[in-house]
Amino acid sequence: MACSAAAKILHNPLLISSSRSAEKSDSCCKILGPSSFLGSTSLSKKLVSVNKGVSRASRRSANVVAVSSDVVKEKKLKSNSAAPSLLITKEEGLVLYEDMILGRVFEDMCAQMYYRGKMFGFVHLYNGQEAVSTGFIKLLKKEDCVVSTYRDHVHALSKGVPAREVMSELFGKTTGCCRGQGGSMHMFSKEHNVLGGFAFIGEGIPVATGAAFTSKYKREVLKEDCDEVTLAFFGDGTCNNGQFFECLNMAALWKLPIVFVVENNLWAIGMSHLRATSDPQIWKKGPAFGMPGVHVDGMDVLKVREVANEAIARARRGEGPTLVECETYRFRGHSLADPDELRDPAEKAHYATRDPITALKKYILENNLASEAELKAIEKKIDEVVEDAVEFADESPVPARSQLLENVFADPRGFGIGPDGKYRCEDPKFTEGTAQV
Amino acid sequence: MASAFMQGVGATTALSSANYKNSCFASPRSLPERRGSFFVIRSDGSLASGLNPTNSRRGALSTNAVATKQDNVTASTASKPGHELLLFEALREGLEEEMDRDPRVCVMGEDVGHYGGSYKVTKGLATKYGDLRVLDTPIAENSFTGMAIGAGMTGLRPIVEGMNMGFLLLAFNQISNNCGMLHYTSGGQFKIPVVIRGPGGVGRQLGAEHSQRLESYFQSIPGIQMVACSTPYNAKGLMKAAIRSDNPVILFEHVLLYNLKERIPDEEYVLNLEEAEMIRPGEHVTILTYSRMRYHVMQAAKTLVNKGYDPEVIDIRSLKPFDLYTIGNSVKKTHRVLIVEECMRTGGIGASLTASINENFHDYLDAPIVCLSSQDVPTPYAGVLEEWTVVQPAQIVAAVEQLCQ
Repeated sequence: MACSAAAKILHNPLLISSSRSAEKSDSCCKILGPSSFLGSTSLSKKLVSVNKGVSRASRRSANVVAVSSDVVKEKKLKSNSAAPSLLITKEEGLVLYEDMILGRVFEDMCAQMYYRGKMFGFVHLYNGQEAVSTGFIKLLKKEDCVVSTYRDHVHALSKGVPAREVMSELFGKTTGCCRGQGGSMHMFSKEHNVLGGFAFIGEGIPVATGAAFTSKYKREVLKEDCDEVTLAFFGDGTCNNGQFFECLNMAALWKLPIVFVVENNLWAIGMSHLRATSDPQIWKKGPAFGMPGVHVDGMDVLKVREVANEAIARARRGEGPTLVECETYRFRGHSLADPDELRDPAEKAHYATRDPITALKKYILENNLASEAELKAIEKKIDEVVEDAVEFADESPVPARSQLLENVFADPRGFGIGPDGKYRCEDPKFTEGTAQV
Repeated sequence: MASAFMQGVGATTALSSANYKNSCFASPRSLPERRGSFFVIRSDGSLASGLNPTNSRRGALSTNAVATKQDNVTASTASKPGHELLLFEALREGLEEEMDRDPRVCVMGEDVGHYGGSYKVTKGLATKYGDLRVLDTPIAENSFTGMAIGAGMTGLRPIVEGMNMGFLLLAFNQISNNCGMLHYTSGGQFKIPVVIRGPGGVGRQLGAEHSQRLESYFQSIPGIQMVACSTPYNAKGLMKAAIRSDNPVILFEHVLLYNLKERIPDEEYVLNLEEAEMIRPGEHVTILTYSRMRYHVMQAAKTLVNKGYDPEVIDIRSLKPFDLYTIGNSVKKTHRVLIVEECMRTGGIGASLTASINENFHDYLDAPIVCLSSQDVPTPYAGVLEEWTVVQPAQIVAAVEQLCQ
């Protein structure tokens, strides 16, 4: 696998933009690189019209990158030290493999359970994008924070939230990680610092920025020993939302320890990224705000991990945020309610051949990091974990009525003083969940 | 004269900044120079000297506030000498005490730091606590409010200042979905101990967007508590209580009340967020009000007393939830209720209060509840139209006379 070389070039903004401006007379496909996400044949018709825009933009970007020269300098220093023969150790490889398998098997099980009527509402599955979650989150400490979107099950799993708790949450049971009060799009875990799945586009990014602000505040105001980092995950659709730009600005302005991870899966439900975005190269928006913008093949967990490592380390050192665009693809519809009739079958087939799990498996086997049997054992183990999660969720009790009024206010006095002069939360009906509030 | 003007400075720059946010604040660097010119523009006497009709109303408002409060102060804080403060200084004092008490308390918003806040509530705090604890943010309401929520989830206790409360409409998603609901959706795991505060209400000819009555918009968000302050005493006490609360609290301040003066206790005090304040006990009718309308009610009360009525006036203070105990006791005594608010008539606080009283105390009512709200119109610019938009004392007198027939 041509991992390392490609990754190096891809995540150096200067190299990318210069090579791209040099190639600007070539086809758009070329400009976007060999791992172009323009697999769809129907889309390739649009390339001609996109072409001009892209080349104009890449010409402009030469100046932009020149501005953030400190970024480039740092990259150069880094690249000297990188010529390892293998990108991961055996242990690391197995951890990554297990996490990706967990993500995939868990989501497939969700689909089954959804169709069997065990879970309801909008359920967005992560199939195909596992390399991003695993590549980033497996590098974090427990204290580091993760902020996700509505497609959040796998981020929570990667961060260490037990599959039982996530499945149970999806079943709407009281043993779920949010006691059944959150659901598919609102996974939280204080213990594992999963600050939430946020169901509206972009609203999680400011919250992530706030968590990163806390890290800086702890270090500089409270004088605590704190090098915690926050990862904000979101998609290509979000990158046209104001909160994205506002937070890039604030994070760069105050050098907050945050990494903005764009999971560019090309589609915002039915809106193609290319139809929605004037300049489809999202990573370029990093240098515009004075932070490195990095572009990586999001179907390759090792490349993602390499980029993630650098971005997270940079944040930990207090050198500020990084914008990482991971080019990926979702193998299923937007949600389980989406018939997925719009995307071109050829495009889907193209990405199916680039399955990140297959790719990692191939790398592990080709480099003799582990045997086929060891990988099989992991798969079996994960099957059992997910089976157990389903059983656990199924057997768990639904929330009692008394739970209804809990957790509306952290301090229940916020429910107010009733006609009897007592706090309403002292009313016996309150604890039964039957009070009118 | 000089000192009188100095008082004016806060208010004049404040009003100007609120007025001209979008046009004049283009470049933060130009602020110091521009501040001077604000002063020149706005210090022509229209606010400070009492020459025009709007101003005399303002004058009456202040003296009235001090006068009514004095009865209260002598009653409640007996012999303590206390110290005299303007309302915005009382807010600042409360904020400062809490920042001294807990290093996790921090402020963020537009111009809260170096500029000292559009109404000077955070003046001098950046010098004392540093730029990180008193954080000047870019003009990005939705994002810095979300940032406060993220900071709150991870252990800080942020106070968000909306330069003008109306700007918080741009942060509505964060306030509603995350501030209000996140404690619940996370199954109680994360607390959002955030205070959202700022100048709101109908000011003096600020135009529709800067004269919003936001409490009606915010009241149905689950998980959010709302209080409105109306005197320097309760402003400080409620500010401190809001900061200490683990619930997200929206603290409503009123643009026209920042320069109210009152003597407040020297010793520390914290008020109860959920409690209403009895302003004037009486027998004939219960008048429920809050924020600036309190002063219109008290003006009307003088007339009513002269006419032989004995109204009971309650500042409900807690806009969500209502203090049904205090309100209920009053209803049981007077059997008549008049609500006076600046909020919108449709879906406003008064509407909710009416429903709540009807549900809980219907048997005690001798007459239908009367609710005087401001008109359901975008606040007009023209002075006379603006005056007709909000409830005036004469209307209150008439309403009581009719209720008590």
